[in-house]
Amino acid sequence: MPAMLKVSRLACSRGERQLFADVSFSLAAGEWLHVQGENGAGKTSLLRLLVGLSPADAGEIYWRGVAASEADFHRDLLYLGHHAAVKDDLTPLENLCLSAALDGIHLHEEAALAALVRLGLRGREALPVRVLSAGQKRRVLLARLLTRPAALWVLDEAFNALDSGAVQLLGALVGEHLARGGLAVLTSHQPLPLPAGKRLML
Amino acid sequence: MNALLATVRRDLLLALRRKSEVLTSLFFFVIVASLFPLGIGPEPALLKKIAPGVLWVAALLSTLLGLPRLFAADHLDGTLEQMALSPSPLALLIAGKILAHWLLCGLPLVLLAPLLGLQFALEGQTLFILSLSLLLGTPLLSLIGAMGAALTLGVRGGGVLLALLVLPLYIPTLIFGAGAVEAQSAGLGVEGHLSLLAALLALAVFFAPWATTAALRIALE
Repeated sequence: MPAMLKVSRLACSRGERQLFADVSFSLAAGEWLHVQGENGAGKTSLLRLLVGLSPADAGEIYWRGVAASEADFHRDLLYLGHHAAVKDDLTPLENLCLSAALDGIHLHEEAALAALVRLGLRGREALPVRVLSAGQKRRVLLARLLTRPAALWVLDEAFNALDSGAVQLLGALVGEHLARGGLAVLTSHQPLPLPAGKRLML
Repeated sequence: MNALLATVRRDLLLALRRKSEVLTSLFFFVIVASLFPLGIGPEPALLKKIAPGVLWVAALLSTLLGLPRLFAADHLDGTLEQMALSPSPLALLIAGKILAHWLLCGLPLVLLAPLLGLQFALEGQTLFILSLSLLLGTPLLSLIGAMGAALTLGVRGGGVLLALLVLPLYIPTLIFGAGAVEAQSAGLGVEGHLSLLAALLALAVFFAPWATTAALRIALE
């Protein structure tokens, strides 16, 4: 199967210190990559570099055979990082609908509601996010996985702050995504409830 | 274009949930502009003379008061990161944020200014020119301020730095804005001042969102 995402000889340094160099991998439809490494090894830096938030010292990233900076990469990309990326003063429903609107997607309220219910937030959709727990906040963010269509999911420590039920659920969501021919790049310190994928040790 | 409107709607909704932040800068404007007549005393001729400068400086400082918050919250909770990765162009979303900032911090000044102008013994036509100059000038303040806010994003003690950076850039706006009102009270033509303000605004509308976006991308790295 042809590779959709191809990364070659990526290098990154923070100040004087070289975090990693010569990182290469490729992913085809339905494949996922587990980025592993100690704290401070540069997992988050690699992911931020991959999605284009920070520039690489060296190396290239190709999406569907075109350089990612020139391809319509952001339309196919969903990146969920360490941050909650939800507004405390808004309700989960408003958060979902507004972030979809910012992405230029019209999201029906029923679809947003269904996503929140799937994430176990039934009955919480009208409360301000401020009063939710850290794990529930995380679930509000993860609901975007269901409402924002994207071929490549880049999830940074997405399994943190989740209870075991939510870990299973997120595993199932990623599994469905892969089965649809999607790609995923994940970092995590815990074993993931997913079919075997590629590994990258930093 | 829809993404721009969505950003405006989002920021207005957020401001509605947290009214105190917007009201602070409005109250600041009202209080500062009211302190001068109280401090100087009821001398209509003197008040009329200082009115344009005082009202414009008050508008400028109250705009400055709200600037550090323009991107800080979005930066802190990671929504700015999501905006940068959105399929919508970041410059469009940022233009929406600046528009929302003007609607919240600039437009109320335009509406309040004639009321405050009465304290300075200004008359009908001069009050109208005061509002008109603010209508052209306050968007300019928001656009220039956004560039400063983006450049100082994430810097410790950024508020002071922001003031040092932005206030000198506000000088042309202040000169032409206050100048228009002065010219009107002196019975001279105001077209020159207002056209220059409009020209500056046209220039800023075109360039400021791009410059702000570039500064934000650096801040996000």
